[in-house]
Amino acid sequence: MALDDFKDVIHRCFRCGYCKFTSNYTDFNCPPYNKFRLETFSPGGRMWLIRAMMLKDIEPSQHLADILYSCTMCANCVEECRFKFHDDIVDIIMEGKASLVESGMVPPTARDFFKNIYLSGNPWKEPQQKRGDWARHYGIPVYKPGDEYLYYVGCIGSYDQRVQKMAGAFGQLLLRAGLSFGILGEDEYCDGNEVLMMGEQGLFEYLAQKNIELFKERRVNKIVTLSPHAYNVMRNKYPRLGGDFEVVHYTELLKELISSGRLKVPGGRKIKVTYHDPCFLGRWNSIYDEPREVLESVDGVELVEMRRNRENAFCCGGGGGNFYTDIIGGGESSPSRIRVREAADTGADIIAVACPTCMTMIEDGLKGEDLDEKIMCNDISEIVLDAITSAEEG
Amino acid sequence: MASGEDHVYEALRTIVGDPFVSRDREELYMYSRDPGASIPRSADWVVLPSTTDEVQKIVILARDMKVPVVPISGGLTLSGLAVPVKGGIVMDMRRMDRIIEVNERSRYVVVESGVSQGKLLSFLKENYPMLRHSMPDAPPSASVVGNTLIYGSGHLSKHGAHSEMINGLEVVLGDGEVLRLGSCALSPYWFGRGPLPDLVSLFVNWFGTTGIVTRLSLKLYPSHPLRDMLIFLVQDPKTIPQAVSMITSTDMMEDVLIVASRPPKAPSVISLLTVYLTAETHEELDFKKELFVDMFKDFGQEGSRMVFTPKEMLPQKLIHGFMEEPQYAAATADFKKGGGFEYVGVVLPLSKVPVAWKMGEEIARKHGFDPLYTVRNVGLGHGVVFAFAYPFNRADEESLQRSRDALADTNDMALELGGTPWKSELEGQAKIMARMDPVVLSVMDGIKRVMDPGGIMNPGNWKHG
Amino acid sequence: MPVKDGNSLYAGLTDILGQEFVSKEPEELYIYSRDSSANPPRPVDYVVMPSSVEEVQAIVKLASSKGIPLIPMGAALNLEGLTLPLKGGIVVDMRRMDKIIEVSEMDRYALVEAGVSQGKLISYLEEKYPMLQHSVPDAPPSATVAGSCLICGYGHLSTNYGTHAEMVNGLEVVLPTGEILRTGSAMLSTSLWFGRGSLPDLTGLFLGWLGTTGIVTKLSIRLYPRPPIRDMVIYMMQDSSIVPDVVYRITHTEVAEDVSIVGQERPEWMKGYQIIAAYVSAHTEKELDLKKSYLKRISKEEFKSKVSFMEEAPGELKEQFMELPFFATKVADWKKGGGFEYVGAIMPIDTLPEAWEKGIDIAHRFDMLYSYAIRVVEGGHHVLFTYSYPFNRADEVSMHNALSALKETQKLSLALGAIPWKPEVDGQKEIIKKMDKGTFKLMQRIRKLLDPGGIMNPGNWEVD
Repeated sequence: MALDDFKDVIHRCFRCGYCKFTSNYTDFNCPPYNKFRLETFSPGGRMWLIRAMMLKDIEPSQHLADILYSCTMCANCVEECRFKFHDDIVDIIMEGKASLVESGMVPPTARDFFKNIYLSGNPWKEPQQKRGDWARHYGIPVYKPGDEYLYYVGCIGSYDQRVQKMAGAFGQLLLRAGLSFGILGEDEYCDGNEVLMMGEQGLFEYLAQKNIELFKERRVNKIVTLSPHAYNVMRNKYPRLGGDFEVVHYTELLKELISSGRLKVPGGRKIKVTYHDPCFLGRWNSIYDEPREVLESVDGVELVEMRRNRENAFCCGGGGGNFYTDIIGGGESSPSRIRVREAADTGADIIAVACPTCMTMIEDGLKGEDLDEKIMCNDISEIVLDAITSAEEG
Repeated sequence: MASGEDHVYEALRTIVGDPFVSRDREELYMYSRDPGASIPRSADWVVLPSTTDEVQKIVILARDMKVPVVPISGGLTLSGLAVPVKGGIVMDMRRMDRIIEVNERSRYVVVESGVSQGKLLSFLKENYPMLRHSMPDAPPSASVVGNTLIYGSGHLSKHGAHSEMINGLEVVLGDGEVLRLGSCALSPYWFGRGPLPDLVSLFVNWFGTTGIVTRLSLKLYPSHPLRDMLIFLVQDPKTIPQAVSMITSTDMMEDVLIVASRPPKAPSVISLLTVYLTAETHEELDFKKELFVDMFKDFGQEGSRMVFTPKEMLPQKLIHGFMEEPQYAAATADFKKGGGFEYVGVVLPLSKVPVAWKMGEEIARKHGFDPLYTVRNVGLGHGVVFAFAYPFNRADEESLQRSRDALADTNDMALELGGTPWKSELEGQAKIMARMDPVVLSVMDGIKRVMDPGGIMNPGNWKHG
Repeated sequence: MPVKDGNSLYAGLTDILGQEFVSKEPEELYIYSRDSSANPPRPVDYVVMPSSVEEVQAIVKLASSKGIPLIPMGAALNLEGLTLPLKGGIVVDMRRMDKIIEVSEMDRYALVEAGVSQGKLISYLEEKYPMLQHSVPDAPPSATVAGSCLICGYGHLSTNYGTHAEMVNGLEVVLPTGEILRTGSAMLSTSLWFGRGSLPDLTGLFLGWLGTTGIVTKLSIRLYPRPPIRDMVIYMMQDSSIVPDVVYRITHTEVAEDVSIVGQERPEWMKGYQIIAAYVSAHTEKELDLKKSYLKRISKEEFKSKVSFMEEAPGELKEQFMELPFFATKVADWKKGGGFEYVGAIMPIDTLPEAWEKGIDIAHRFDMLYSYAIRVVEGGHHVLFTYSYPFNRADEVSMHNALSALKETQKLSLALGAIPWKPEVDGQKEIIKKMDKGTFKLMQRIRKLLDPGGIMNPGNWEVD
């Protein structure tokens, strides 16, 4: 794909602005527009500016880069746009960023992001050989051919201390269910979803091919991903590059394990939980029910919805590389802080997440809002695991 | 006026012809007072033009001679708005009483400013039985244009105050310029005010200080063959907002009116809420009646109910009065067998009715009156015009003074509540302006300067400082 | 470029608003110099986004001291270039001022800041005051409430309650001097915004003036009861000359909440038909049935075979017609080109047949299909007749055709005695040409009074 492929589409945006809202217009649901409020930061503004760039009416610039890279690729615009070309909007924005990559005009933090991933396989220049260290503590095995599932953890799950616990919780549940599975450990490499979303197509292809080759070499058939981002890219983008695997998100697998009885979840303590839909699970891949079903299968969990949920969920602000580049972060109007305030309004004890990116963003949001004492952020595996272990401990 | 006096008179005669100009004591006497309780103020000339052209000539004369011009039509404001403050020419518009045009399908009528309510009512009944206009509860001699320009209200005020029913104007400004405002500024049709920069509003509630309206296009509404009413006894005035809100949440009523009075020989004040209904068929009428009767079946508790009172249980004279169009509100004038009454009308939000009710009662009692109220819904519960009336005996100065005092107190109370006093007399205007921000006053002054550079248009009104 | 001394102006603006909400970057200047219409771009010097009336005042004072034009903007969806500067200057995007300050349930009004979107007010009322509604225009939900009122807009409920300008209870305005003016009941320095009241009316000075008299920062609008049931019936006919009669009879019943008329050449089955939709709302099914029976009787008794009546509209059509806001913007993609223009002409209903037939000629002459949407206003006192011309933004010829058709239609409308709604600058000039000379002179004098420096959206409502 290239921007040119959209030349018959891009001018079709009228800038009517449905894309800025939730479906019932309660809020602006486009994270950067909600924060910056200049029309340029709306999906329509981006469409028009990208077209202007194609027509050479405006030149690539740092400001343009900020406008495009502040997009979290949450796909609210895809959901809400009333026109037939709505599916193309995020692709066009992605291609717009690709043009900026070509002209060398990306935000400095995005440049660092690309560089680090290229050199180290992760955004933080962490050593590759330490990628699987977290798993030892939980006794999570390394994948070997013949295992049913490759458990793909991803960069954040591998290196972020908080998210390592999330990765561990899911691993322990798989162990308890008696599944044969394993991680790639020090051989795991960045999945490339964010790189792709940020328009570095060359780097994406390099990463994807590297992963596909490795998976094939290890005779992987089924992949369960911790991150919806990895899930998205492996399920939707890898096949075109020859990587045809059966990919599931961990919440889907948990749902199946619980409903088939392989994983028994006894009643836990009484808690009020609200679930934050990750964009790459929800709007990108229409998975809304499974995570909720898992939560509801835990006795004692009372599931309450935030004002914006499912198709209308407000993005945590971390997508499109923003968890790293931080173009949209900071201040009271940062998406994560808005989102945790919304969660607090439900009176929930726990914000349940199903995505490593969301987890880091929501944790930051809670600290920013001084809510970290009042509300916990847990991923769905942690909640399930907690119910099991607390029942065992009696 | 000594020096120019004769010249003005002669010039007026040249413009309108002999019989239609006067400086005789009898006319000056009549035009120096209105039926309200205000103290008379003298007029110098009275003139009755018959065309816009004549109006223009008179205004140019007045402009050149620096003589005030005070337009009058029905002369029934009861607040002296058409009685000169600074002398000058009283321009009686009532010879200009042509109904120029009815556009049936676009439902508007263009009238000259002397057309009376009665004339329009009968004209429409005869020629356009499917149409009607919103009648105020004023005598049929009241003027359509006058009533419209002072935020009148009437039977169809669910569509808003009468000022909101203006589709366009022809006016003569203080400098003699004749203009058309609204769609008629560029179209042969007088179908609406917009979508143009709005100038019509510069004649709404300005009491003739911005120019003289010579023609007005008024919105008309469908007329239906059947009309009836339901009467509810109001046990507790605190429930009125809720009741009106419920009634207006349907589009099934024609009008909602609440009247409180102490009929002769009655032991106390009786408050009645009336819902007027119209319909094409009896089925429709029955449906509407049932709807509203049911609506109040379980309303409130003992002591705060709206008690449905079948018409048959009430004096037929009263019912007849209620159903009359226009309602004979002026009957109040003879409550004291003295031929006079004056009232303060206040435009209030619906929610303020109970407190206004209570405070009005205190004022009435203080000055030796029983509360005498009329409250009309305007819009769909968007506001009310609350009239506090004080009848007096014209032949009894003490009674007149009590009436004036009660009016003054009521004005203060209304302003305190955030209401806007309706068609206020000079004193009331002064009180209103005392509450206005200096920016408002300076814009008002500026507008007046633009429209009337010589300051000849009904001077003394809306004047501060 | 009238903007000299640019640096100190920029510094002044950032002093007021901070860096984040002032822009002179090419990206913002690009977007704000264009709207969704086919109008050519017009350069903007600065874009600012104030968040409070004090900030607006400071901006106005600064611009006034430097003689820089100010162009207030809501969502810029008027499609007539009314927020594109004619003489450069500062575009004031009001949309950070988006608080719903107060809803008075009993007195049925909402006091909102000028940047509140239609969508926000719709959802807010739905959630908190389900018994109330405001009149929603056929615009996207991103359109602003204030914008629609100030351009004398129309929406659902306009058939009963008039234009959006008529629904304004009062305004807070920053005058070109930087002073604050409140109109309506709030003139009396109270916090009540219940109506224009019986005071000298100043509200009109900002209605229809297209931003040339001041910047509106707050407004109170009327809210209306919202009955729980809403439905519609349809009349179809193949003769534009009987439409005025049918509409007259429908509005005479006073049971229709809204009446609109549609005509378009595609899909094929619609070609040649006039389709009248009459909306009905009710509190009970019985009330609904009664109202519908009235509407049915008209077609049966008065028009017989000339009009076919559908008590139930076909599913998909009904879904489209019932949506609030109505998705009129879909026209924009008819040519797969992201744009449409329209002329909204306000006219008495008697002129509808001629407007209908001649509009078809114009559309065909410019290689387009006719597409009409007509709203009956305030019980039939007039209609808003909109002629839509979709165009392809990437195709110069198509844009040119749309603009030409637009101009022709404007001419037609004026000749018929109609008034083009919210006209772009050339249309304004056509209107002025036809307008009573004294009236235009008065407009100029009022403007001079309120805006002696001529900084408010200059070029609009002016002659060359």
